[in-house]
Amino acid sequence: MEHYNMSLHLKVWRQNNSRDKGHFENYKVDGISSEMSFLEMFDVLNERLITEGKEPIAFDHDCREGICGMCSMYINGKPHGPWKSNTVCQLHMRAYKDGDTIVVEPWRANAFPVIKDLMVDRSAFDRIVQAGGYISVNTGNAVDGNSLPIEKDKADASFAAAMCIGCGACVAACKNSSAMLFLSAKVAHLALLPQGEPERKKRVVSMVAQMDKEGFGACTNTGACEATCPKDISLSNIARLNQEYLIASLTADK
Amino acid sequence: MLIWNRAKILYIKKINWHLCLIFAAISSQPILTSMTWKQVFSSSIGRKLTMGLTGIFLITFLIVHMGINACMWAAVYFKDDHGEMFNKAANFMGSMVVIRIIEFGLFFFIFLHIIQGYMLTVYNRSKRAVGYAVDYGSKGSKWYSRSMGLLGTLILLFLIIHWLHFWIPSRFTGVEEVEYNGVKMHNMFALMQTTFQQLWVVILYVLGCISLGYHLAHGFQSAFKTIGVHNKRYQTMLTGLGYAFAIVVPFVFAMMPITMYLGWVK
Amino acid sequence: MLDAKIPAGPLDDKWTDYKGHCKLVNPANKRKLEIIIVGTGLAGASAAASLGELGYKVKAFCFQDSPRRAHSIAAQGGINAAKNYQNDGDSVFRLFYDTIKGGDYRARESNVHRLAEVSANIIDQCVAQGVPFAREYGGMLSNRSFGGTQVQRTFYAAGQTGQQLLIGAYQALERQVALGNVKMYTRHEMLEVVMIDGKARGIIARNLVNGELEKHFGHAVLLCTGGYGNVFYLSTNAMGSNVTAAWKAHKQGAAFANPCFTQIHPTCIPVSGDHQSKLTLMSESLRNDGRIWVPKKQGDNRKATDIPEEERDYYLERRYPAFGNLVPRDVASRAAKERCDAGYGVGTSKQAVYLDFAAAIERYGKTEVGKLGKDNVSQEEVIELGKEVVKEKYGNLFDMYEKITGENPYEVAMRIYPAVHYTMGGLWVDYELQTTVPGLYCLGEANFSDHGANRLGASALMQGLADGYFVIPYTIGNYLADEIYSKAISTDHPGFAQAEKEVRDRINKLMSIKGKQTVESFHKRLGKIMWDKCGMARNEEGLTQAIAEIQALKKEFWSDVKIPGSINEMNPELDKAGRVADFIELGELMCKDALDRNESCGGHFREESQTPEGEAMRDDANYMYVSAWEFKGESDWELHKEPLLYDVVKPSQRNYK
Repeated sequence: MEHYNMSLHLKVWRQNNSRDKGHFENYKVDGISSEMSFLEMFDVLNERLITEGKEPIAFDHDCREGICGMCSMYINGKPHGPWKSNTVCQLHMRAYKDGDTIVVEPWRANAFPVIKDLMVDRSAFDRIVQAGGYISVNTGNAVDGNSLPIEKDKADASFAAAMCIGCGACVAACKNSSAMLFLSAKVAHLALLPQGEPERKKRVVSMVAQMDKEGFGACTNTGACEATCPKDISLSNIARLNQEYLIASLTADK
Repeated sequence: MLIWNRAKILYIKKINWHLCLIFAAISSQPILTSMTWKQVFSSSIGRKLTMGLTGIFLITFLIVHMGINACMWAAVYFKDDHGEMFNKAANFMGSMVVIRIIEFGLFFFIFLHIIQGYMLTVYNRSKRAVGYAVDYGSKGSKWYSRSMGLLGTLILLFLIIHWLHFWIPSRFTGVEEVEYNGVKMHNMFALMQTTFQQLWVVILYVLGCISLGYHLAHGFQSAFKTIGVHNKRYQTMLTGLGYAFAIVVPFVFAMMPITMYLGWVK
Repeated sequence: MLDAKIPAGPLDDKWTDYKGHCKLVNPANKRKLEIIIVGTGLAGASAAASLGELGYKVKAFCFQDSPRRAHSIAAQGGINAAKNYQNDGDSVFRLFYDTIKGGDYRARESNVHRLAEVSANIIDQCVAQGVPFAREYGGMLSNRSFGGTQVQRTFYAAGQTGQQLLIGAYQALERQVALGNVKMYTRHEMLEVVMIDGKARGIIARNLVNGELEKHFGHAVLLCTGGYGNVFYLSTNAMGSNVTAAWKAHKQGAAFANPCFTQIHPTCIPVSGDHQSKLTLMSESLRNDGRIWVPKKQGDNRKATDIPEEERDYYLERRYPAFGNLVPRDVASRAAKERCDAGYGVGTSKQAVYLDFAAAIERYGKTEVGKLGKDNVSQEEVIELGKEVVKEKYGNLFDMYEKITGENPYEVAMRIYPAVHYTMGGLWVDYELQTTVPGLYCLGEANFSDHGANRLGASALMQGLADGYFVIPYTIGNYLADEIYSKAISTDHPGFAQAEKEVRDRINKLMSIKGKQTVESFHKRLGKIMWDKCGMARNEEGLTQAIAEIQALKKEFWSDVKIPGSINEMNPELDKAGRVADFIELGELMCKDALDRNESCGGHFREESQTPEGEAMRDDANYMYVSAWEFKGESDWELHKEPLLYDVVKPSQRNYK
């Protein structure tokens, strides 16, 4: 892989706090190596801003290995940037060439208010999980792990859904700001396992109610979420969620 | 929850601790236990469900509508038909009580689909007060699946014109009659012939059909996802079927004004 | 000062006896007792959930935006448990023994045995929570071998075991939040432990969104704040991982144990340039099939594929014929460093060695050909078939490598280099996980307890969850049973005011420096000192220099650091400045500890203490103790030694030849 250096034009969303209106700011960065990660390019810019006595750009990031789900940038019209099945922290600068212009925005959704610059508040996701995204088992209640055989295909499908990192890219990509892919991944993860069976109906009803309360939109099956998901969570989880919801509502007691 | 908490406090005062703990563990689950129909259909999934179910009903209607109308092409094969089969079929549909009742249902569902569709569009749009500077565009989603509201509006405009052309005359303002074996009925065939003499009408109908095609290309498979078909095998099948339906049905409909205009059907 | 409170009796019965005799708290009283938990990784989340279930009033804090982001999530390989599902002779004793031996005989027998005992319960608990562990076709849990043990006892969920376990604990925690038993404070950082009458009674936390300081009372405080690997600047830790909470506790009197025991993981993606912000680990499992080599010629600039077989030095296979590429982490890391230091390194930086799958691809390809029953297959076909097999086994790791380096590891040999990964040291805790400060507990990687001088693969997840789910619910009761008469203390108490003032003064001081150098630049310089002089190999001269350099750096930091923004707002640079200031102080203590321990054991290699062949040499006669450092004042610590007594296991020198 040949390495090269580049200069870039950045257009970055700056917003002091949730009450501020916010605006775009233009920056030019030079000497960016193709080996840098996208966030390292931001580090370079921030170091420069600090030295110049300006406020650095606030953005969420933590593990920088694509698993914690904290990083969240909407880059040139796509959450997490141009690469498929990827998070911003794993995006590397060789995706760009000298002279490129990059527009960076925060996740946009009413349910994800901007905290500062590119940082948004995703606590709505936690509240959706609080509404029922778990199996009600206290520590110490468990029986032997092998006492309940689980079909391998189902365990694998459950795992594929459980891989969701809760980054919110699905909401950011969706034209309806719907959290359905996130929610369906959790519902599918638990519904596919026998352990999740007892609370299956209550869970889906309660979680959907919470999602609506948080101000996310409704799904229209466009598939934008699936295309942008860093963990390739499948759209068919949403269909499964719909089925779970339909069954729960049709068989409700009252 | 509040009631439960209060009950718990009362309980705590009365009975021993161990019983109380078990009670608390069972009772204080934060999960909802009941759901009314109102809750179901006002939820985000319920709204989709309304769209999906009415959509599937309208899809079945399209098949019937297409089947009846296709009778017009009998005139191509039988030299002495002159629209007789089509007129009879239309008359059969118009005079049967059961079908007239279903027609009410049809209108109800069409309007439900339209109204819910607009409400859902507004609802969904309202969820992002500040938009993006750079649009997501077509990365992973098709333009027509993001434009169901627009396509639906085009279809609605077409429908209004379509009703003015055929449904209103046939129900209210009257259509020239024709007599077969002593039975008088509307000569819908003749009405079609006159209507489709104008080129702009033909073009308008073709555009309507194209809108319908794209609307179906997304709507067909989306409706089945909404009602919960998630198995890969059926999803693949329904997606294929959906595209085929979205091409064939509007094409057949579009051929009706075209063949009339070109004079292939007399 | 150090009373480990190890229960009497035979090793096998200690934990059972303890559980049978520890004090209990009546449910009515639990409701009145408040517990503060800082950090919500595996240890913190599992403790918060379990204590919430028991009925305590819990407040949990994390600096991330959600408890689900804690760095436990990044653990790849798996979690050990003595289930013996494979019928291959595993037992609690064997897991205990392997952990003690792997830790190079620097861990407490009693703690490690308890860890092995509860390991099986962890798996059961996680399965019940819906953690989707890998399964066999018959529906049973699948196991793999890991880290050179002779049994298959590692449970896993593809390469994302940490993520799945953390999500399990997170869900249990969120359930307690929903039930009102736990109150969750996200984007909050603990900046001080509040001491009242000699006991930990609360914390001062900064709300990172608006910069406000908050006072929180607790009858007990649990620190579950992870490791301090970021003292090296570059490590596999998350960017936010820090020592601040543990360090504040240390300065309030909690002894810090074995700070110099750091684990350097051999298979990480090498540094690509000065801009590098963190390092990425590639699972240890790659060493099962990959062969590690460097060119035989110094400074060889040819491409890996252009270097013929006879000009390659498979140095691990050469030096350790018995274990070859599967030697433990510390040995593999040191050997790589030795080759690179001697000028045999590869890549542009020359700080890397090759991890080559060409042989494995060919071997698997031939096996596939055999399975398919084909003859007359071309070499290309064999390679293609082999690549398929390798993809099946390591596909996600290969993809990750390609994303980061832009090189296709199926075609060219991977470049790897060791990187700081885990810190065995941490706050000293007794058998009950209590630090030397009454009421202050420490769980998970943040404490020093179970891994000795070197942690075995797939043991970190086990320890975090053991502490949170199965140890602390018992041991904390033993303390809190005596606290039922203590009413909740109002946060208006002078103890809180005093602690808050100290935090405020420190923040004001940091902000008032208005110097010229960025926080990041100080962190990088600290990291370089630590890596060069307190990294994979340490010696007296280097460590002495390092201490002086760090002291000078500290002075420079406190007179020339530049922090933009203001106090009462979100200010990530200010957060970072506080953390780096603590790292600088910790760095000094680590060097001091490394200097004191003039032996080589586990992750700690003193050049003065090696065999003639250059292998690590332990000195049990003089160093069979835990070094617990008590903070006395600036750059002043007192060393307390907790002797390690081995009743059951007989220490021996590790040998991998």
